[in-house]
Amino acid sequence: MQEHDMAWVRTEMALAEAAPRSQVGPGAWMRRNLFATPVDSVLTIFALLLIAWALPQILNWLFFGAVWTGADRTACLTTEQGGQLPAGWSGACWPFVSGRFGQFMFGRYPVDQRWRVILTGLIFIALLAPLLIPRAPFKRLNAILFFAVFPFVAFFLLVGGWFGLRFVETPLWGGLMVTLVISYVGIVVSLPLGILLALGRRSKMPIVKLLSVIFIEAVRGVPLVTVLFMASFMLPLFVPPGVSFNKLLRALIGVALFASAYMAEVVRGGLQAIPKGQYEGADSLGLTYWQKMGFIVMPQALKLVIPGIVNTFIGMFKDTTLVLIISMFDLLGVVKQNISGDPTWATPQTAKTGYVFAAAIFWVFCFSMSRYSQYMERRLDTGHKR
Amino acid sequence: MAQDIIREEPARASLIYDPKVRGIFFQVVLMAALALGLWWIVGNTIENLHRSHIATGFGFLRGRAGFDISNTLIDYSSDSSYGDALVVGVLNTIIVAVAGIITATIVGFLVGIGRLSKNWLIRKLATVYIEIFRNIPPLLVILFWYQGVLALLPNVRDSYSLPFGSYLNNRGFYFPRFVWGEGSWLVLAGLVLGVALSWYVARRARARQMATGQQFPVFWTSVALIVGLPLLAFMLTGFPLSFDLPKKGTFNLTGGLNVKPEFLSLYLALSFYTASFIAEIVRAGIIGVPKGQTEAYSALGLRSGLGLRLVIIPQAMRIIIPPLTSQYLNLTKNSSLAVAIGYPDLYAIGGTILNQTGQAIEVVVVFMVVYLGISVLTSLLMNWFNTKMALKER
Repeated sequence: MQEHDMAWVRTEMALAEAAPRSQVGPGAWMRRNLFATPVDSVLTIFALLLIAWALPQILNWLFFGAVWTGADRTACLTTEQGGQLPAGWSGACWPFVSGRFGQFMFGRYPVDQRWRVILTGLIFIALLAPLLIPRAPFKRLNAILFFAVFPFVAFFLLVGGWFGLRFVETPLWGGLMVTLVISYVGIVVSLPLGILLALGRRSKMPIVKLLSVIFIEAVRGVPLVTVLFMASFMLPLFVPPGVSFNKLLRALIGVALFASAYMAEVVRGGLQAIPKGQYEGADSLGLTYWQKMGFIVMPQALKLVIPGIVNTFIGMFKDTTLVLIISMFDLLGVVKQNISGDPTWATPQTAKTGYVFAAAIFWVFCFSMSRYSQYMERRLDTGHKR
Repeated sequence: MAQDIIREEPARASLIYDPKVRGIFFQVVLMAALALGLWWIVGNTIENLHRSHIATGFGFLRGRAGFDISNTLIDYSSDSSYGDALVVGVLNTIIVAVAGIITATIVGFLVGIGRLSKNWLIRKLATVYIEIFRNIPPLLVILFWYQGVLALLPNVRDSYSLPFGSYLNNRGFYFPRFVWGEGSWLVLAGLVLGVALSWYVARRARARQMATGQQFPVFWTSVALIVGLPLLAFMLTGFPLSFDLPKKGTFNLTGGLNVKPEFLSLYLALSFYTASFIAEIVRAGIIGVPKGQTEAYSALGLRSGLGLRLVIIPQAMRIIIPPLTSQYLNLTKNSSLAVAIGYPDLYAIGGTILNQTGQAIEVVVVFMVVYLGISVLTSLLMNWFNTKMALKER
């Protein structure tokens, strides 16, 4: 042991110095994230050039160079084509979209009856929003209203013919409304049917299993176009002569069956991920098959596959566009019809404008669904993931 | 009271509660319902067909088609049979599917790796690409290309001239056709020989490295063999190659090969749509390889390129292949969207035949057989590849 005679001992901590300039600030961030290696620098410069080339053109087409007002095609034509705009002009023709907006939303639904569609839409949003917010109360009641009561309300409101409402036949329906109707019915039918098929595929009863496998694999092996085609050409052959099937109903059946087969595979993935002990535990408690599935297995399995289910929904939402092939007019169908069959707005830019508009609508729907599923996935993550 | 229960004989379960009996009963009921339903459907169908005087059976396949098809790979005219028309359709479906799969895989892998890049800008660009394309229906993209972009290209007289004597106009993309002359089979033979030899060299080199540890520059040898041999044959036979260049006429371009705008729209839309899904699969696959693997190859002294190639990618492939297979199948099935723009794929031709003959059931059976056949073939191929790549546990 030695004792020191310390001349001076610091009593308080020295103040921390600012980090070196090379480690913080925008310069360092750029060095780290954009110019870390020579290859990175080349890539960055290349990407910047690409953006500098493409972005102004896109923005110009969409906004700065676009036509915003006008009554018909002459507003969007260049001088060579018989309009007012300078030669070589290229830009979006937005008056086409605003002029046909009603059609894009409702199709040929009678104008004085469109409040019914809007009302249905409002009820839909009013029921859906609290269902999506985890903290909102009365989930069970809400779900029953949304999945079991709403379809009837929507049916009576949209079709009419009861309670003094005028009857509006389905060939008049169109636009975003048809897209949403098909998606909603597809979702409401395909989830329970898919669960049943998945259970059937894992059933111990050989015939049930075989039938489920055949159905699932046959439907998954062919394109939706073929299924729709079957629904629209073969279903009428299957029913007694004289009975006619509504065209929309045929499309709905096709889409719902198609989505069920995919849903079944997603649910099966979840069922397989549940440890055997859970099944055995339920059995040893003396639960019946449906109790076991309903209370023990399904809540866990469905939670696991929420991303897959939402992906199927998104896929189905995008697939509703295919009904235009069996000449029905969903959003894309109406846009296409207005582009190729309507001389009022026939300009070189109309097609691009219409499709960009439709793409934006589809994108908003699909993107919000996928974001919501990611949010739910994080929320429901109860420790199955490592 | 508890004692009473214990002393009691275990109640004989009634037959109703025996799961086996219930199962059999349930299945019998199901079968009966199904048989009844089928009987009803078949009865109705026969009656409906009879009423509308529609023939049944596949005899119609030999009938004269009477319609023209714009893209044909085999000899076809309107005098050919329906069967020939369907074959043309199947071939067109396969072409667009194969071309689409190749492009989608390349673009998808590039974008997927780009999403994991350390470069912020590249990462964001890749994300934007993925989020835009996978949230828009493919049919919309096809129509956008067809009516929005390709239809606006100039007509034949004002075609865009591109390098190598190719042209782009609203009738499609024209490019020179290779015309192989006398003795060009030697070039092909050289190519085949080159590939075979490289495969053999690779095998031997591997065996030698296993035995002795000595390495052999397999890559450069293979390049030399595969490029060199055909080139040598090409020179020896005196350059037997000429080009059939597309020539501008007043109304049309003659000569060369032509890719129609229908094919281009379908091909571009399907490739870019599927690529966005493949990119996500690739990203998930690479992330799925534990970080310890990266640390392990560094600890073994492998450089990052070599480690990536020998350690990370083989493991990532195991995760990637199954979902990749289903994307390939999706692309093939989505090629049926061709009907919306009139590209004569199987579905479009089948639809025309249906309109002419009314034989819905037979046409749908043909669809089912072909699409299921393609699905099964692709799955088998990818499963084989998957087993090859799978973890070999000893």
